[in-house]
Amino acid sequence: MEPYLLSNAVVVVLVGGLAAALASARRSRVWRDAGRELVRRRPIVLAVLLAYVAIGLLDSLAWVSGSSAGTTQGADTVSIHKPRSAIDRLFPDERYREKSYSAPLADREFLGGAPLRHPGRHLLGTDLLGRDVLYQTLKGARVALLVGGFTTLIVIPLALLFGVVAGYFGGRVDDVIFFLISTLASMPSLLLLIALIMVLGRGPVQVCVALGITGWVGFARVVRGETLKLRELDYVHAARALGASDARIVLRHIVPNLMHLVVITFVLTFSGFVLAEAVLSWLGIGIDGSWGRMIDQARDELSRDPIIWWNLVSASVALFGLILAVNLLGDAVRDILDPRTLRERA
Amino acid sequence: MSTPVAPAPRHDPETVLDVRGLVTSFPGPNHRLAVVDGVDLTLARGETLALVGESGCGKSLTALSILRLVPKPGRIDRGTVRLGARDLRALPVTELRRVRGHEISMIFQEPMTSLNPVVTAGKQVVEAIRLHERVSSTQARRRALTLFEQVGIPDPASRLNAYPHQLSGGMKQRVMIAMALAARPSVLIADEPTTALDVTIQGQILDLLRELRDQLGTAILLITHDLGIVNELADRIAVMYAGHLVEVGTRRDILAAPRHPYTQGLLRSIPARAQRGERLAEIAGVVPPPGQWPTGCRFAPRCTRAFEPCTRLDPGPTRLSANHTAWCHAVAQEEGSSPVGGVPA
Repeated sequence: MEPYLLSNAVVVVLVGGLAAALASARRSRVWRDAGRELVRRRPIVLAVLLAYVAIGLLDSLAWVSGSSAGTTQGADTVSIHKPRSAIDRLFPDERYREKSYSAPLADREFLGGAPLRHPGRHLLGTDLLGRDVLYQTLKGARVALLVGGFTTLIVIPLALLFGVVAGYFGGRVDDVIFFLISTLASMPSLLLLIALIMVLGRGPVQVCVALGITGWVGFARVVRGETLKLRELDYVHAARALGASDARIVLRHIVPNLMHLVVITFVLTFSGFVLAEAVLSWLGIGIDGSWGRMIDQARDELSRDPIIWWNLVSASVALFGLILAVNLLGDAVRDILDPRTLRERA
Repeated sequence: MSTPVAPAPRHDPETVLDVRGLVTSFPGPNHRLAVVDGVDLTLARGETLALVGESGCGKSLTALSILRLVPKPGRIDRGTVRLGARDLRALPVTELRRVRGHEISMIFQEPMTSLNPVVTAGKQVVEAIRLHERVSSTQARRRALTLFEQVGIPDPASRLNAYPHQLSGGMKQRVMIAMALAARPSVLIADEPTTALDVTIQGQILDLLRELRDQLGTAILLITHDLGIVNELADRIAVMYAGHLVEVGTRRDILAAPRHPYTQGLLRSIPARAQRGERLAEIAGVVPPPGQWPTGCRFAPRCTRAFEPCTRLDPGPTRLSANHTAWCHAVAQEEGSSPVGGVPA
């Protein structure tokens, strides 16, 4: 299978899974109420996030169009046979590509002042290689969502598995898992990350896996502590007194009561991972096309006079907007799902 | 250290639960401390036995030991727990799981926290049913509805879909009782089932328990420190002090003619029995924690009738009638039997 078809399939599966999760959450009154409350409290934040997600999704589904292959002349014929997403198609090279830097909405090149091929068309200017900065910024959304979302999807099952098993069974099992957690936590995570990326390679998936491997310990600790508390609760004792097995108690009585933590953690770690990728990009081992990479590339141009600021500002604002929105959402989610406030509203 | 195990009783087909010489211990600073120390209990079909004592005397732990639910690092050291023909202590865990909830169930003190907050009341009852019977979920739901009616939940159909936080404490306790009785166990252990409820609700729950006992023939082991409840529900009463039984008898024996000085003290200290203007009676001192239990009779330091052997020898049982037994040197002396009925501590 072509790699782009595989990645399309993954996107469809993920979106489908998310839709199914939301649909099943809608059937529970607690979650439905929490959802309504969230929409009521943070409409703007949700709209901003939806915009990011929409852009990311538009850039995630790619296809090869046969017709464009014949009609396009000149330009670079290699790229024509590449699968292109909706965002790629909004910014075709033949209408947006310049030779080098240009300021936002300029009609001349920044260096040398030669007239642009497409004057006034670049809302956020162009970069060193003449690529439209708005286009690159929009493409960065997909990378950020991928890093945040995929890494969190690696982290949460790992943390749940180890945290619940350690907390519920205790004893030797707990000792072993807690030793693992403490060992991982005692290593400088940046060094570990660099080492892992060296071993795994530098693709986007590899970076996510490396971030996931170093990132699950914190949440596992939280889960372990919460499990320790939950397993002593009366309804767990009652379930055992009524003949429920350990597996049943864990799946029915422990894990569902951890879900509010999972949702909160998902939102809060998401932004952490996006930022971590930006740091990795700054070190030169991030993912191509990320905002971190754009910032890293723009860094060298800051010393010019007059300054080339537009790539740096575009990527930074895009990154800042996403992180701020996610964090605001995280705070709201935490407030709403906090058992104490939950009881007040009940 | 423990009272001698009473001679095995003649086999009585009506006996559903028979606990002999139960010892449950926790690790102490030097050696393991037996918090339940040689308890014998029997429970006949449809009978209610109240296990009474102050906080920390080991009554709840006795109940948990019967179900083998002693929290770590506690451990059952000795004794047998026969349920019907089987010794629960010898059962493998998978078998034991089938017995719990099916043949012997338990309800807890705190209805507020005894239900899973994220699962509807109906689903929790359905699950309790399906743990022990292979029935379809629609059938189980119908059964749950019947159970809700049986435990007196008004508007049962809509209450099936209610989450625990939408139910009052009394309702939750009724749901717990429905869950515990879902598989029609022969024994129900009720650990302070009304302590956390309002007085008006307490009466309703006691009535419900009595009704269900008479309807289903379930034997109830009622654990409480409230002698008012005991008077309402119990057929027989076992009084515990510091891990030992001190007196066992019928309700009439214990409430009307208690013999053990501790039982007498407990009954005297019920505020409702005091005269106006009179100082409330109390038992001087406090229950010593495990590990600080004295040699001889454990009640001796607080006992007004303690005499020479009490601080030296563990009192043995003195049979006062077929059903009435006290573990007390003073009682033994009154009865004219040898004052030293026990073994050196």
